[in-house]
Amino acid sequence: MTLIDFNSILPVILLVVWALVMLLLDVWFGKRVPLLTPVMAVAGLVLSLAASLYQIGQQASAFNGMIRVDGFSIFLNNLFALSGIVAIGLGYDYLKRVGISEGEYYVLLLFSISGMMLMGSAGDLIIVFLSLELLSIPLYVLAGIDHKRDASREASLKYFLLGTMASAFVLFGIAFVYGAAGTTSLYGITEAVSQGKVQQFLLICGSALLLAGFGFKVAAVPFHSWTPDVYHGSPSSVTAFMSVGAKAAGFAALIRVFSLNFTAIAIELTPLFWVLSALTMIVGNVVAVAQTNLKRMLAYSSIAHAGYILMAFVGFGDAAVRQNSIASALFYLAAYALTSLGAWSVLVAVEQQDGSGNEISDLAGLGKTAPSLAAAMVVFMLSFTGIPLTLGFWGKFYLFRTAIEGGFTYLAVAGLLTSLVSVFYYLRVVVKMYFQPGEALAHKGRLTSLIATILAILVVGLAFVPGYLFNLAAAGLIAGA
Amino acid sequence: MNSAINPLLLVTFFPLVGVLLILLLGSTGKNTARWIALLTSLVTFALSLWLLMQFDSTKGGIQMEINLPWLTLGGNTVGFHLGVDGISILMVLLTALLTPIAILSTWKAVEERVSGFMSFFLLLETGMMGVFLSLDMVLFYIFWEFTLVPMYFLIGLWGSQRRVYAAVKFVLYTMAGSLLMLAGILWVGLTYGGFDLTKLTDSAIPFTAQLWLFGAFGLAFAIKVPMWPLHSWLPDAHTEAPTAGSVILAGVLLKMGAYGFLRFNLPLFPQATLTLAPWMAGLAVIGILYGAIVAFRQKDVKRLVAYSSISHLGFVVLGTFALTAQGVQGAILQMVNHGLSTGALFLIVGMLYERRHTRLMADFGGLWRVTPLLGSLTLVTVLSSVGLPGLNGFVGEFTILMGAFHSTILASPWFAVVATLGVILAAVYLLHMFQQVFLGPVRHPENEKLADLSPREVILLAPLLLLAFWIGLYPAPFFRLMSPAVEQLLALIQTVVQTAH
Repeated sequence: MTLIDFNSILPVILLVVWALVMLLLDVWFGKRVPLLTPVMAVAGLVLSLAASLYQIGQQASAFNGMIRVDGFSIFLNNLFALSGIVAIGLGYDYLKRVGISEGEYYVLLLFSISGMMLMGSAGDLIIVFLSLELLSIPLYVLAGIDHKRDASREASLKYFLLGTMASAFVLFGIAFVYGAAGTTSLYGITEAVSQGKVQQFLLICGSALLLAGFGFKVAAVPFHSWTPDVYHGSPSSVTAFMSVGAKAAGFAALIRVFSLNFTAIAIELTPLFWVLSALTMIVGNVVAVAQTNLKRMLAYSSIAHAGYILMAFVGFGDAAVRQNSIASALFYLAAYALTSLGAWSVLVAVEQQDGSGNEISDLAGLGKTAPSLAAAMVVFMLSFTGIPLTLGFWGKFYLFRTAIEGGFTYLAVAGLLTSLVSVFYYLRVVVKMYFQPGEALAHKGRLTSLIATILAILVVGLAFVPGYLFNLAAAGLIAGA
Repeated sequence: MNSAINPLLLVTFFPLVGVLLILLLGSTGKNTARWIALLTSLVTFALSLWLLMQFDSTKGGIQMEINLPWLTLGGNTVGFHLGVDGISILMVLLTALLTPIAILSTWKAVEERVSGFMSFFLLLETGMMGVFLSLDMVLFYIFWEFTLVPMYFLIGLWGSQRRVYAAVKFVLYTMAGSLLMLAGILWVGLTYGGFDLTKLTDSAIPFTAQLWLFGAFGLAFAIKVPMWPLHSWLPDAHTEAPTAGSVILAGVLLKMGAYGFLRFNLPLFPQATLTLAPWMAGLAVIGILYGAIVAFRQKDVKRLVAYSSISHLGFVVLGTFALTAQGVQGAILQMVNHGLSTGALFLIVGMLYERRHTRLMADFGGLWRVTPLLGSLTLVTVLSSVGLPGLNGFVGEFTILMGAFHSTILASPWFAVVATLGVILAAVYLLHMFQQVFLGPVRHPENEKLADLSPREVILLAPLLLLAFWIGLYPAPFFRLMSPAVEQLLALIQTVVQTAH
């Protein structure tokens, strides 16, 4: 292993080693010093974040092209580390309250994040598969960490069974692509394609299977059926992380693999993406309207947002818009991450010990009983809707802009109309909190409120100066794409 | 005069100073928040007068422009671009005038969460100013959509019984239009290389695209105005909103739609405008008659005034799409007139409601004897809304009708002729309302002891009615202010007419 190799996966290595040490420390001291594990987990993530910030501006290929460091991987690494820190903060309050005192929570979270980071910098299909497993298996366990509750166990099992099937799809797809190109290296495949040495048919089959597998991870319709149940059953702090991390990792794989390897067959794939995106937006938003449970509503809303991101990616075959298409997806992921983590943190604050309190009607009166929490929730709902002066607006603006630039005006109009549908259910939350009398209970967990407030301030504040984040996203290039 | 501080920036963002102060000091008491809000909005009004003084009414085109790059996005720059011309300055003045009046009107009416109410109101003022002054399409859209948020809360939190329904309906209707407008903005911006409005007017957009874009932008504006048949959100929103909300909704927010037509549809899509003008005028005429007839059937005074808005705004749209100097000038003046007289009418409805906690005409009757001052001021307001010569409504409507009558683009005097029926109907339903509420014997004993207007309430109505007389008797300064901008706009349309022939 050379120094370049080591540097390239520094954020990942740090996390993995750190998590292993934590596992031991938790066994030895975890009972006596309960604060030790969460604090160490945050410290580990901060170190990893520092390592990934240190990489900014670098471009490298390591481990014989298995690992790529570029703007894309760095942007996502930061995103994963930051949402991990938020998830730990949320988990700390929440786990204590619902009586899950498992140090594994933090360790598993770290393992999962290391898998996500690896996914962001994958340069080879084998790495893609490895990191998919590395990020998923801890999540299966985390979904069931509240093992005293049936719902949590059910969520874990469902996620596991369907997740494994998705992994099988990915693996099968990789096999096809290998059969077509004779290599699993993403850059090797690109080269083989440009030299015309691939079997078109096998490549299309492989890409379709990969799309199905990744579509499961990002919760795109029709691969979304697990989402509401898993989001609903898992402990809220886990779902908060899952809704951001797993989705971003899925998109990381999708974007990297497709924009590198499958641009040559984009003509065949574009209609597929078009339909997938439109379906996801329509089903996600329309079904969300019918939900009465906040967790399930947010689950369907996360499906809908996957549809929006896919919309940017429909035009990936067009070299002129590819950079914008990647950058707008990254920007939207960041905006979505802040908003979604925020909305879930409010949910964490209102959820009761017995797992109740997450019906939308339970929020009635929150505007009076917990004004700052409710105000933060308004910000998140507006940002999800895409109302100006929230980051969500710029996210949608950039996405729709990219879709129209790519010539997919009808798709953009479909997206705009579905976001009109979304206004209805997002506003219902606001209506409940402010316009209807009630005695919503909110826990006075300081950390959770603090996180919600900080995220709300970021969502509004960054909307005034989105240029910085735009530039970061625009620097999120995939080398060679 | 210090040129370092742009008056436009001050007018737009000064209300935010008030919001900040309320957030810092609001907990000290309801009156603190009220006074901060009132003083902030009065200073904003003073600033808008200062803006008027610096405005050179002999020149057309944009003045006091401020253009800063805000962000770049995939090669397109979004600019922080503000500017004022003869059309927008009147809207700015109207906004700055109506906001303090609306705030003063809530002195007794809003007792709950006063600091919240006042903060939303000042935020709304900033949003409205931004809409009228933006010259960048994205910036315009941001302000346009942003006005939804405070208005949603104003209706939803401080409205009457069916407020939640009305608030959600208001947002959904507006968003339905504006989301398509966003698609239009993006398409124009991407195809013609920028979102800057001043640079886009020269770009020759092909005719078919113009038709589509006219539809995308026009739908957003038509919903806001509202034009028949997209009006159904308005009676609900007006009826359920608190008095101050209704005043601003009728006085300013509806004008954003009419202003949008003038600022976007006419200069950017002139060919489509020419083709569609008779259709738009036709819808406007239907709206005029429909609003008037439905208003006549109302039992609730506030709903009646709401439907009268649909009728009156129909005149504005008719004048706009007459595409003659008279028509457009009349439309702009009528926008101001409607803000004054309907604003005053909503204030009066609010005063009646505060006294009796009902808005049904059947619950009143004979109030003239009990409250003569309220009665006489209401009569003046009603007559101004009806369009009695010597008052503002007459000048606006007459100019519009003349413009529509002679319009070569509408090419038929029938639009004006049928619309004139609307003027007659307005007299019918408004005087009917006046008679029901103020004339005849006192039918209900509760009404015997109603208090007449307090000095605060007289102060509310006085500036509106004084302006109504001023515009009615000597409208020349107002026309002078807008005529260079209108001429410029119509010259642009005229070149298209000539190239078409």
